[in-house]
Amino acid sequence: MTMNLEQVLSQFHTTAAETCFHGRHIGPQILADLNGKNWSVNEYEARGGYQALRKILGKDGGEGLTQDQVIAIVKESGLRGRGGAGFPTGLKWSFMPRQFPGQKYLVCNSDEGEPGTCKDREILQHNPHIVIEGMAIAAYAMGISVGYNYIHGEIFESYERFEAALEEARAAGFLGDNIMGSNFSFQLHAAHGFGAYICGEETALLESLEGKKGQPRFKPPFPASYGLYGKPTTINNTETFAAVPWIIRNGGQAYLECGKPNNGGTKIFSISGDVERPGNYEIPMGTPFTKLLELAGGVRAGRQLKAVIPGGSSAPVLPASIMMDITMDYDSIAKAGSMLGSGAVIVMDDSRCMVKSLQRLSYFYMHESCGQCTPCREGTGWLWRMVDRLERGEGRPSDMDLLDNVAENIMGRTICALGDAAAMPVRGMLKHFRAEFEHHITHKTCMVPAYV
Amino acid sequence: MSSDTTLHSTPLSAATIARFDRELAKYPDDQKQSAVMACLAIVQQEQGFVSADSERAIAAHLDIAPMAVHEVSTFYNMYNLQPVGKYKINVCTNLPCQLRHGQGALEYVCKKLGVEVGGTTADGMFTVQPGECMGACADAPVLLVNDRNMCSYMSHEKIDQLIDGLRAVKE
Repeated sequence: MTMNLEQVLSQFHTTAAETCFHGRHIGPQILADLNGKNWSVNEYEARGGYQALRKILGKDGGEGLTQDQVIAIVKESGLRGRGGAGFPTGLKWSFMPRQFPGQKYLVCNSDEGEPGTCKDREILQHNPHIVIEGMAIAAYAMGISVGYNYIHGEIFESYERFEAALEEARAAGFLGDNIMGSNFSFQLHAAHGFGAYICGEETALLESLEGKKGQPRFKPPFPASYGLYGKPTTINNTETFAAVPWIIRNGGQAYLECGKPNNGGTKIFSISGDVERPGNYEIPMGTPFTKLLELAGGVRAGRQLKAVIPGGSSAPVLPASIMMDITMDYDSIAKAGSMLGSGAVIVMDDSRCMVKSLQRLSYFYMHESCGQCTPCREGTGWLWRMVDRLERGEGRPSDMDLLDNVAENIMGRTICALGDAAAMPVRGMLKHFRAEFEHHITHKTCMVPAYV
Repeated sequence: MSSDTTLHSTPLSAATIARFDRELAKYPDDQKQSAVMACLAIVQQEQGFVSADSERAIAAHLDIAPMAVHEVSTFYNMYNLQPVGKYKINVCTNLPCQLRHGQGALEYVCKKLGVEVGGTTADGMFTVQPGECMGACADAPVLLVNDRNMCSYMSHEKIDQLIDGLRAVKE
C-alpha cells in the first residue's frame, strides 16, 4: 500500500497515552478528564470550562468579580509561576499599572525548551481552552485588551491546535469584543518561535514577538512598565494561566490547601530519563519525590537511582540520597540546594557518567547563548571545552578549579539568566560528584561502564 | 540561482501573500515586523529554505530592511539558509533524550542513509541534523521531519519504517 506524506508521518505522532492519559495523576486540575480527543470548546465547557470566566463577568447569575477581587483570589491561592522562577502570580499581576491609559499586553510564554520539560505541549495539545480561559481572566484582572501566546517552534502541531482553539473561542464568544455581552473585550493571538532556547527568557521572547533576534533586555525596566512594543506587559507561563480557572471556580484557599503553605496547588512534573514510565504527572505540590518516582514506574529495571536534576537542565543536580528525602515543592527543593524550576525531573541511574551528562548540557548552553554578554558567550564555550576534554580523558588536574572559577565568573555577570543556567549545573556536578571528575583526570576514563 | 534573479525579489504567490496577511492581522498596523518569524517559516515550508530573494520579498512586504529579516533568519536555528534535502530530519540529542537513546537514534539515521551528521543524501532526499530540546522529552527518542512533524518513540525499527515510508511516499 502506498501512503501519502501525511499518512506516513501520522504513524509516528504520539497519542500521549503513556505520557498524559495514564490515569496516574493525583488530584489533577489541568490534566483531569482528558483523553486526547476532547480538546474542543464544547467538551471543555462540559468539564466546567469557561465557568470561571462567566463567574468574574457576572454571567453565571452572580454579581461578577472586580479586578481587585480576582487578583486577591490569585494572591490567596499561593500560585507561583510555573515556568521556572516561581514568582507569586498574584503579586506579578498587581504590578501591572491598570490605570495606564495606552495599550497594555498579556503574553503567555509557551516557549518550552528547558531540557526535560514537556508539559506545556500537552496542555496546549489536549486542553488548549484552559489556557485561553486563564488568559482571559488575567486580561480582565489587569485591564488588558490584547494578548499573545508565544509557542515553541518545535511543537508546531500544538501551535496549530491552539490556533484552532482560538477560532473556536472567538466563534463561541469567549474572545473578542464585549465577551458574553459584558464590556470586557480581549483579542488573543498565537505566535511561534523557530528554534532558540533563549526566547524562553521573557524579554528575549518580547524581542522575538517584535520580529527581532531573541536577545534579552536589561531589567529594569521590567515588562510591567516597558514590555511588548514598549507598553506595560504581563508575562506568565502556560501552566500558570492553566491553573487560574480552577482557582477562580474553587477559591484561593482551596487551591492553597491542595499543596502546602507558600506552595499552593498542583504541579505538572515532566519525568524523563531512566524511569520505566517517562511522562507528565500532575500531583499536589509537596508530594514526596519517592511518590512521584513510584508513579513513573520507578527507576529502570535492574538499576539504582544515582542522581536527579529536579527542575530542568539549569537546576543543580542532586544525588539520590538527598532526593529520596525531599518533597516536590519550591521551598523543599531550594532548601536542598537546587530548584523546582519548570518541574522537569531528569532521572539518572547508576550506569550514568556525570561527566558525560554534563558534557552534553554544557554543549547545549554554549550552542544557545545569544552572544550578547561576554561572560556567557565566551564562558559557556570555556565550560564546554573543559568538560569535553575531561570526558575525553584529556583533562588536567588544574581543570577542576578552573571549571569552578569560570562558572563562578559567569554567574551574576550577564543580562539574563542563561549564564547562571549554564554555570549552575557545572557547580552542582562538582559539588556532589567531584570524585567522578577527578577520576576522569587521573584514569582518563569513566567510573561507570561505557555509556549506553 | 542565476545572477540576474539575485537583483530582484522573487514575486510571492497570491496564496503566500494571503498566508502572510493572516499573520500580519495579529499585530498592530505599525508593528508589521512582528510577522517576520511566521513569514520566514511559511516561505521555508513552501520552498524548502529561505533564500536571499525570499528575505528581500518578505522585507518588502513588511516594510522593513532586508537586513532586519536576515538578522532573524540567521539567529533562529530552524531556518534553513541553504537548500536541504526534501526531508530534513532533526534528531534531539539533548540530555533527557540522550538518556533514552537519542544519540543512538541520530547515529542510526545517519548510518541508514549513509550520511554524516549535517549531511544530505546524494539523491537530495534527506538531510540529517542534530537538534536541541524539542520539548518532548518523555517521548524520547524524538525527531522532527521538516520542522513541523514530531515523531515520537523512534526506535531503530520505527526509524526504518519512517525512512522507508518517506522514500515510498505517493506524490
